[in-house]
Amino acid sequence: MKSEYDVLVIGGGPGGALAAKTCAEEGLSVCIVEKRPAIGAPVRCAEGIGEDLIGEFFDELNPKWISAKINGAKIIAPDGNCFYLNPEMAGNEVGYVLDRKFFDRDLVWQAVEAGAECYVKARAVEAIMEDGAVKGAIIEYFGERKEIRAKVVIAADGVESKFACYCGVDTTVPLREIETCAQYLMTDIDIEPGVTVFYVGREISPEGYIWIFPKGDRTANVGIGISGTESKDGSRAKDYLDKFVSKNFPEGKTIELIVGGVSVCEPLECTVADNLIIIGDAARLSDPLTGGGIYNAMYTGRLAGQVASECIASTDCSKEALMKYDTIWRSSRLGKALERNYQIKEIFVKLSDKQLNSILDSVSNLVMKEFSTLTLIKEIIKLNPRLIKELSGLKKYFE
Amino acid sequence: MIKVRREVCGYCGACVSVCPEKAIELIDAYLSVDNNICRHCKICVRVCPLGALEEVSDEE
Ligand SMILES: Cc1cc2nc3c(=O)[nH]c(=O)nc-3n(C[C@H](O)[C@H](O)[C@H](O)COP(=O)(O)OP(=O)(O)OC[C@H]3O[C@@H](n4cnc5c(N)ncnc54)[C@H](O)[C@@H]3O)c2cc1C
Ligand code: SF4
Ligand code: SF4
Repeated sequence: MKSEYDVLVIGGGPGGALAAKTCAEEGLSVCIVEKRPAIGAPVRCAEGIGEDLIGEFFDELNPKWISAKINGAKIIAPDGNCFYLNPEMAGNEVGYVLDRKFFDRDLVWQAVEAGAECYVKARAVEAIMEDGAVKGAIIEYFGERKEIRAKVVIAADGVESKFACYCGVDTTVPLREIETCAQYLMTDIDIEPGVTVFYVGREISPEGYIWIFPKGDRTANVGIGISGTESKDGSRAKDYLDKFVSKNFPEGKTIELIVGGVSVCEPLECTVADNLIIIGDAARLSDPLTGGGIYNAMYTGRLAGQVASECIASTDCSKEALMKYDTIWRSSRLGKALERNYQIKEIFVKLSDKQLNSILDSVSNLVMKEFSTLTLIKEIIKLNPRLIKELSGLKKYFE
Repeated sequence: MIKVRREVCGYCGACVSVCPEKAIELIDAYLSVDNNICRHCKICVRVCPLGALEEVSDEE
C-alpha cells in the first residue's frame, strides 16, 4: 500500500469497481480499499438487473454471473388478483438475477487487471482535510493506521457510507425513507422459472413490497422491504417475511438470511466537494420506487472515473471542476428516472390496499405491445383518472 | 445507552445510514455504538430488520 495515489476509492462494490477500472484505464494510479475481507460477500441484494442496463457495460455476460434469466413478471394485488406480464409483452423489462458473489468480485478483478490496487480488510476511518478540501483518508489496515493521500477520493462506501460525513457532507437517511429489508434464499419451493413476483399492499408489506426472484430450479431470493417508520418490535421486516413464507412456502428450506437497508430518499443535494466525488448508494442513488441500485452504482462509478481523470489531467480537482459529474448524472436518463420515480413512490406509499386493488384490477386485462414500468404507470394514470387525484400530478413526467 | 445484541445482528448497516449522530460503526462482523455521542433518538432501534438494537439503562 503506497502513501499516495492519483485516485483513492473507498469501497469495493459495483460502484467503486467501475470507478477504479475507469481511472486505471486512463493510466492513473488507483487504490481501492474495502473494509470487508471478501469482495461481494456477504451479498446484500436481491440481485435483479435489467438486460438493457447491464448491456450498457458488457458486450457479453460471463455465465458465472447469472443465476437466472428473467422474461416475465407478476404483480400480486392485496386481494390476490394478479397483473401478469408475459414474455411476449415483457419488452425492455427482461433481465437477470445475478450471482453477485461472482459478479462483484469479477468487477474488482477487472479493475485490478486494468492496473488498480485493491486492499481488503482496509477501512477508511477518517478523512484527511486541508483548507476544506479532501486530501485522502486514514485507513485502518490489519491493526495499523495508514495515511493515503490522493488527488481525488471517490466515496463508494454504500448505504452505510460514512466517508462523505467525515468530509462534512450529511448523508443521513430519514427513517421514513429507508426500506428495512430481510431476505431468505429458499430452496424446494414452487416458483415459475424465469418470472419475478412482486406482492404489494400495506398489510403484507407496509410502504414496500415482497419479492420472489428466481435463482434456479425451485430456488429463489424471497425478500421484503418495509418503510423504517413501519418497523417496530414484533412487526419488523423479518417478522413480515416469516409470516409470508410460512403461508406461501411452508415446506420451503431456507439456506441463507440477509438483511439490509435501501435508501428511497432523494439523492444528496450535491454529490461532489473539493477533491471528492460520491457515487452509488453512498450518494443515495438507489431507485426510490424499485430499490434497485446496481446499475446506478456502476453508471455513476464509471462517470466519476471519467470526470476524475479529466480533472486530474487539467490539475483542477476543485468542487467546481468536479461539478461536471453532478450535472451529467442529474441530466442523464438515470437522473430523470430517479426524480420521476421519487414522485411516483411518494404517491404509491400512501395508497390503501383498496386503492391498490382497484388500480391493479384496472390494468389486469391490459395487453401492451411493449412493456416497461413507465408504460404501465402511464396506463394506470390513463385508466384511473378519478381514483386518485394525486396521480394527475405525475402526468408531467409522461408528456 | 444503545446496546447491540451481537448474536442477533446481521451486520447490514441499515442502522448506520439512519443515525443522525453517526454514532454507529460497522466494522467487519462487529457493530459498535459510541454511546458518548448517541442522543438516544432510537431511530436505529426502529430501523433494524432483526431487532438487534435495544436501549438499556446505563447500569446494565
Ligand atoms: C435487501 C436488498 C435487496 C436489493 N435488491 C436489489 C436488486 O434486486 N437490484 C438492484 O439493482 N439493487 C438491489 N439492491 C441495492 C444494491 O444492492 C445496491 O444499490 C448496490 O450494491 C450499490 O452499490 P455500491 O457500489 O454503491 O455500494 P455497495 O455494493 O454497498 O458497496 C459498498 C462497499 O463499501 C464498503 N465500505 C463501506 N464503508 C467502508 C469504509 N469505511 N472503508 C472501506 N470500505 C467500506 C462496503 O463493505 C461495501 O463492500 C438491494 C439492496 C438490498 C439491501
Ligand atoms: S439512538 Fe439515535 S443517535 Fe443513538 S445510535 Fe441510535 S440512531 Fe444514533
Ligand atoms: S440494522 Fe440491525 S442487523 Fe443491521 S447492522 Fe444495525 S443492528 Fe445489525
